[in-house]
Amino acid sequence: MLAAGDPLFADGVDLTVVLIVIAKTVVVFGAMLVSVLLLIWFERKLVADMQARIGPNRAGKFGVLQTLADGIKLFFKEDFLPTQADRRVYRLAPYLATVPAFLSFAIVPIGGTVTIAGHQTRLQLADPPVGILFLLAMSSIAVYGVMLAGWSSGSKYPLLGAVRGSAQMVSYEAALGLSTVAVVLVTGSLLTSDIVAGQSGEGLFGIIPNWNVLRLGFIPFVVFFIAGTAESNRPPFDLVEAEQELVGGFHTEYSALRFALFFLAEFMNTITISAIMVTLFLGGPSGPGPDSGLIGALLPVFWFLLKVFAMLCVFVWLRATLPRFRYDRLMDLGWKKLIPLSLAWLLIQAAFLVDVKWGIVVFTGAAVMGVLLWRAMEVGHGATEHEAPAPPKFQEVR
Amino acid sequence: MKALTTLIAMSGFLREYLTVLVFGAAAVAMVGAMLGAGSLLRPKRAQLQKYISYESGVDPVGTGWSQSQIRYYLFGLLFVMFEVETVFIFPWAVRLEDLGLFGLVEMVVFIAILALGLLYAWRKGVLRWM
Repeated sequence: MLAAGDPLFADGVDLTVVLIVIAKTVVVFGAMLVSVLLLIWFERKLVADMQARIGPNRAGKFGVLQTLADGIKLFFKEDFLPTQADRRVYRLAPYLATVPAFLSFAIVPIGGTVTIAGHQTRLQLADPPVGILFLLAMSSIAVYGVMLAGWSSGSKYPLLGAVRGSAQMVSYEAALGLSTVAVVLVTGSLLTSDIVAGQSGEGLFGIIPNWNVLRLGFIPFVVFFIAGTAESNRPPFDLVEAEQELVGGFHTEYSALRFALFFLAEFMNTITISAIMVTLFLGGPSGPGPDSGLIGALLPVFWFLLKVFAMLCVFVWLRATLPRFRYDRLMDLGWKKLIPLSLAWLLIQAAFLVDVKWGIVVFTGAAVMGVLLWRAMEVGHGATEHEAPAPPKFQEVR
Repeated sequence: MKALTTLIAMSGFLREYLTVLVFGAAAVAMVGAMLGAGSLLRPKRAQLQKYISYESGVDPVGTGWSQSQIRYYLFGLLFVMFEVETVFIFPWAVRLEDLGLFGLVEMVVFIAILALGLLYAWRKGVLRWM
């Protein structure tokens, strides 16, 4: 059984269809590059505002062109390939970091269905039958970019950064996958277009939207948000490039454009993870407004962009507010909190879907297990960890 | 030949990936074009000292290779366990409406066994970062 995908391919593939595909690709590609340029500027400016600085203000009005200026500068910088580096892998790593960052955006629905040149198509690059798995696969490949870049540099700090980073990314990937399952559970489909369609109706009282973030009871959203931040190595989870400890992290040895590509990939990932969060939990392009005509086609795109922008603001805000995690705390949060929590929530969700009666049973069971686990942790802490040494007393200087 | 016929039979399924393919090709082409343009534009003044690893600014001591903690490896193993499990959970999540109570009980048992594995690792101190 094939799930219904993009109606564009319903009558086979001919030249027009291929041209539409190429046109869609070019538009999305260009839009993504421009939005990365703007996001980097926006982030620098907003963080500067939060820290009572001015931020970039020289290139263009309000410094909007700052990123472009930086990018052009990096084109003219000499590129060093360290003699200790593994040349082939060192050259391959920027590709592995950048390409998945673009590709995972392909499954995000940007708007509704439109008709171009007699062909109906969704405003979405691709709608493969296993869209969600495709997303998870791409976020796994992104780990290779970090790992191979650090490993092939033939230098100590990049190696440490890469090993750390890949352990962090795989740890949070489990939590990311489990919180996505909760969305699949209520939708019953792996298609991103179905997930969005499932959230488009009206929810409670006709005012509150029928978004997954409400339907799933916040917890999968919160888990996904934290895990997504860690996956894209955004602060406060930017341990791969912790400047104070690892010089520049996994891309210490990279210079000029290859460095710029890692930078590009990082911000592209931020945009992609925001867009995916909007798709999975915040209703994607759905919002109030007319369904037909030009406005009906454009309004969903507007709602989508607005929601993505809101998510991006939250990411920038987090960066300006929170200090970086300590590595052991990071691992604790991933394995001891997020994964058990998302596993338990998944079962509760499933039980409520089957029957409310079973939902209450499983909820009680999960709550009991949680309390037991918490108690066990308390006991364990007392048994194994030494008490923190008393803070040194300062002598009064006379 | 057999692979080709299978591909044609699957083409309805694979058609959706046409866009992904074009998009991926565009991304690879962009990275390649940027690096190519960069290699044409940037100066090349080779000096031996420039190709020493930067590391932390001072001349590196020894090779770039160093041993890293075994814990990273253990976390890698745990990750494999959870990812494989996620692969099993996804099809179940899609079909839960049809499976009903049977599916729920099966998954409770499955996740309970998995949680036992995590608890074991926890108890053994694998999750504690020293």
